[in-house]
Amino acid sequence: MKDRRHLLERRKKLTGMSLAAPVLLGTFLFFLLPFAICIRYSFTFGVGGAYFAGFGNYKDVFSSYAFRLAAANTLRFLAVGVVSNIALSFFLALMIKKGLAGSRFFRYILLLPLVLPIASVVMVLQVFFAETGVLNNWLTSLGVPIVQWLEGPKAFYVLLGLYLWKSVGYSVILLLSGLNAIPEEFYQTAAIEGAGSLQKLVSITLPMMAPHLFLAAVMGIVNAFKSYREAFLLGGKHPHDSIYMIQHFLNNNFENLNYQRLSVAAILLLLVLVFLLCGLYILQNRYREE
Amino acid sequence: MKRRRFTNSNCLSQASGAIFFLILGALVLFPAVYTLCNSFMSPSENSRYYAAAMGQNENAKAAFHLIPDAFSLEGYYMVFLRSTDYLMKFWRSLFLCLAISAGQIAVSALGGFAFAKYPIPLKKGIYFLLMALMMMPVQVTLVPNYIILDELKLLDTWLALILPMMFLPFGTVFMTQIFKGIPDELLDAAKLDGAGTLQSLFRVMAPIGKGGFISVFLLSFVDAWNMVEQPITFLKDILRYPLSVFLASVNQVNFELSFVCGVLAALPMLLLFFFFHEELTQGIELSGVR
Repeated sequence: MKDRRHLLERRKKLTGMSLAAPVLLGTFLFFLLPFAICIRYSFTFGVGGAYFAGFGNYKDVFSSYAFRLAAANTLRFLAVGVVSNIALSFFLALMIKKGLAGSRFFRYILLLPLVLPIASVVMVLQVFFAETGVLNNWLTSLGVPIVQWLEGPKAFYVLLGLYLWKSVGYSVILLLSGLNAIPEEFYQTAAIEGAGSLQKLVSITLPMMAPHLFLAAVMGIVNAFKSYREAFLLGGKHPHDSIYMIQHFLNNNFENLNYQRLSVAAILLLLVLVFLLCGLYILQNRYREE
Repeated sequence: MKRRRFTNSNCLSQASGAIFFLILGALVLFPAVYTLCNSFMSPSENSRYYAAAMGQNENAKAAFHLIPDAFSLEGYYMVFLRSTDYLMKFWRSLFLCLAISAGQIAVSALGGFAFAKYPIPLKKGIYFLLMALMMMPVQVTLVPNYIILDELKLLDTWLALILPMMFLPFGTVFMTQIFKGIPDELLDAAKLDGAGTLQSLFRVMAPIGKGGFISVFLLSFVDAWNMVEQPITFLKDILRYPLSVFLASVNQVNFELSFVCGVLAALPMLLLFFFFHEELTQGIELSGVR
């Protein structure tokens, strides 16, 4: 009897393993295995990684101007972008929750920028932001000096605007589902105890929303990295310094196939992300316990 | 739905809400509407207005031009009928993205079933790894992917785009959550009726998890249709580029047609957006429930 159950258990395990085989093998082959190769590359030099280099490659990457620029820009974009994304979408979610006129329509179209290929609207952006484009034309007629939207420091903000335009919808939907999950009774009880609307926001809404805010921040980070697409379609492979991102650094090194540098960059990026995500996760848990 | 009381302050807040959402909505829709309107301009009118913005005519100035002077379908004729290049590109890109989404669905149906209902050694650890991988932006996985694709001699083929994307762990994690919500009793009942593993997947799990599959399909298809980083890294031959990247080169050569091309690229996304709006929203909401 015991044997039979043991056998059944083993058969179930075997079935589970074979069902999971495609995703496990695919993940191993395309992500884990080559990532291990990356780690090997990052500590060696010479053809095929013949010699041990210690942290030489890391030093090399850290001291390169291009990498520092790309890392600084990416971090700056992440910091400014994700914070403003969360703030803006939290505000919009609260506004939509109020159920004012027009909120249903707005909720409906919110996701359009997310699905729309950036290639579709890149011409509009060119027309408006080019040096001789519509915006500068307006500035000239107002007597204001023209702005280098895409080939100057302002490019950072153009990119930021595009990022918010594209990804705020995603965060609003996430946050809205969190808002809708908060039981109405909580607010009623708080109202009876004499809590003001600010107090309700701080002591009910925010703690209850902690997991959703965490997820919105994570998706905000993932989407921020996708902003490279806009940067590429607007500025090509060699854009203005202010929007030279980590992906541009990768591209330049793919051109001469510097595996060492590429591997180091990928590993550093992974470490930064793991650090960021863990930090956010801890923050979320602490806030929720209070 | 509460019955609305039409007091003065209520009317006021309704009106201000309507204005607020109207302005924001216009901002969200603007690039798409501008592209659509301008696609009905003849190429010559297009070049008259926008040659300046594209840096092809120093003396002219780009002007804001939403409504065409003369309604014309010439642009559509050029893109859809006159030359087959654009349409060929379109169908081939569609095929590429369908292949990716179909692969993703197959992998995640099996994987999700396994993780939700079967014992697997190290299950928790592996699942955590998949979730972490899911949150990584493409910049982290690009280098490992390149290394393995190079080893497998798949660079410069479409398999280089299809394989890594179809094995992304997103779908598996998503379907695991969906399948976990289906009671075990249903599976046991199916087993008593003599259904095998795959039969219970197709007959019991799949019909109940249909909404989940649609969401996985939508999100992976949108991702595939809008990809930029992978083609410019894995493909050297520009002629193999899918529509998402190819359009950037149209802007430089035949910018008179780029509004029509923009509509062409947006078409599948718009269809999905309008027909599967609820599923898309639910997909994003569900990705928040973990």
